[in-house]
Amino acid sequence: MKHSFIDQYSDRDSFIHQLDPRTKFITTLLFILAVVLTPPNRWLVFALYLFIIAVLILLSTVPIRYVLKRSLVIMPFVVLIAIFIPFFKEGEVAGSYNIWLWEVTVTYSGLQVLANIVIKAWLSILSLILLTSTTKMTNLLKGLEQLRMPRVMVMILSFMYRYIFVLVDEVMRMRQARDSRNFGGKRLWQLRTIGNMLGTLFIRSYERGERVYAAMVARGFNGQTRTLNRLNFTPADAYFGVGFSLILILSSVFNLLY
Amino acid sequence: MEEIISIDNLSFCYPDGQQALTNVCLTMRQGETVALIGPNGAGKSTLLLHLNGILRSNGVVKIFGRQVDDGNLRWVRSRVGLVFQNPDDQLFSPTVFDDVAFGPINVGYSEAEVRESVTRALDWVGMAGYEQRSPHHLSVGEKKRIAIATVLSMSPEILVIDEPTSNLDPRSKWSLSGLLERLPMTKIVATHDLELVRALCPRTIVLDHGQVITDGATSQILTNISLLAAHGLAPTETS
Repeated sequence: MKHSFIDQYSDRDSFIHQLDPRTKFITTLLFILAVVLTPPNRWLVFALYLFIIAVLILLSTVPIRYVLKRSLVIMPFVVLIAIFIPFFKEGEVAGSYNIWLWEVTVTYSGLQVLANIVIKAWLSILSLILLTSTTKMTNLLKGLEQLRMPRVMVMILSFMYRYIFVLVDEVMRMRQARDSRNFGGKRLWQLRTIGNMLGTLFIRSYERGERVYAAMVARGFNGQTRTLNRLNFTPADAYFGVGFSLILILSSVFNLLY
Repeated sequence: MEEIISIDNLSFCYPDGQQALTNVCLTMRQGETVALIGPNGAGKSTLLLHLNGILRSNGVVKIFGRQVDDGNLRWVRSRVGLVFQNPDDQLFSPTVFDDVAFGPINVGYSEAEVRESVTRALDWVGMAGYEQRSPHHLSVGEKKRIAIATVLSMSPEILVIDEPTSNLDPRSKWSLSGLLERLPMTKIVATHDLELVRALCPRTIVLDHGQVITDGATSQILTNISLLAAHGLAPTETS
């Protein structure tokens, strides 16, 4: 079965795509760091960051609709964590509502904190989407490895990327098999079935893990991972890295003066 | 001819108490192509796992006259290439290149040697040009070929394959069979695809309940219908 890749648009050919994965990874981290460390309510600075990321997305030729849609998928998690802040933060009351027995008040400062969290998260997510959709997963993993990320972590990520599709296939086949046998009935019964499916999936993955390990051992694996290094920095990496860092430094200075 | 595999009285019991192999004795000579047939659960895969030391019992498996033990596992695994039944287990890397290069890199080849062996292995299985593809998005037939390439890249002298034709359509099956026929090394093929056995292997071993039932010329064993029926390899007379 076919799935949308995590790195769906990574085989395009733009300036951003051609950069070394390590350059992209480090600048993305710097960008996120800069966004997160921006003091609250610096709307102009946020706008500047949004402008930077928008320019980069345009340069990368990744469809904007795709980037926006992707970024929305992750928003519920952020909102779920941050949604209660306006109700608990003390300050000037923006509105109060009676819900049955509770009196709920929303404060302006709380709303501001919420807005800041949402914007920072959104900017960070946009930059990560740009990173993953302009870099092939395999190259990104190679880059991480050359940046001295622990090998075990790189291997875990690489197995995740390899087997997530296999697992999704397995879930889809299980669902088809379940639905072909007229799945329905009481809610409790349905929950039990889903619980069983999850258990089965876990056991299958566990056993697959053992088989994969046997296949690795059969080819001489002894706990150490070795790879061939194939990445090379180009002058473009230097220009981009230096240029991007300069922009971030400027925006931080702007931040201080503002 | 030189005896390259000899198994003497091999018994194996899984940790849960299930007796998988009982007193198995086998010898194989250089250049042979042997079929290992038997019903589901006969112990075929367990026997194959002993051939390169993934499972070890009591040191009764000898490869090129040397006992398989902790000290020579690396050597054994570079000479005996084991291809697993499910290519999704065999192919665990993000790209085909990484997967085919995995063995050679572990064995300690230099970068140039690794590249050369990958190219040669992929050429051998007719999959040149697939280096940067992701294994998940290949067809089953392509995956099977790549899985074979992942052990060919280590230039093994013995090729052990578990169910090479399961899940393949007839066209892919026969092209895979032709591919196996062209490979010069000693081959052991575990299967219950009797058409494949007839086409590929002059010698057949029947395994059932963890025991060697018979070992002989394929032409004789595959015509012995009552023997095949008794071990779940042909329809029984009443049906």
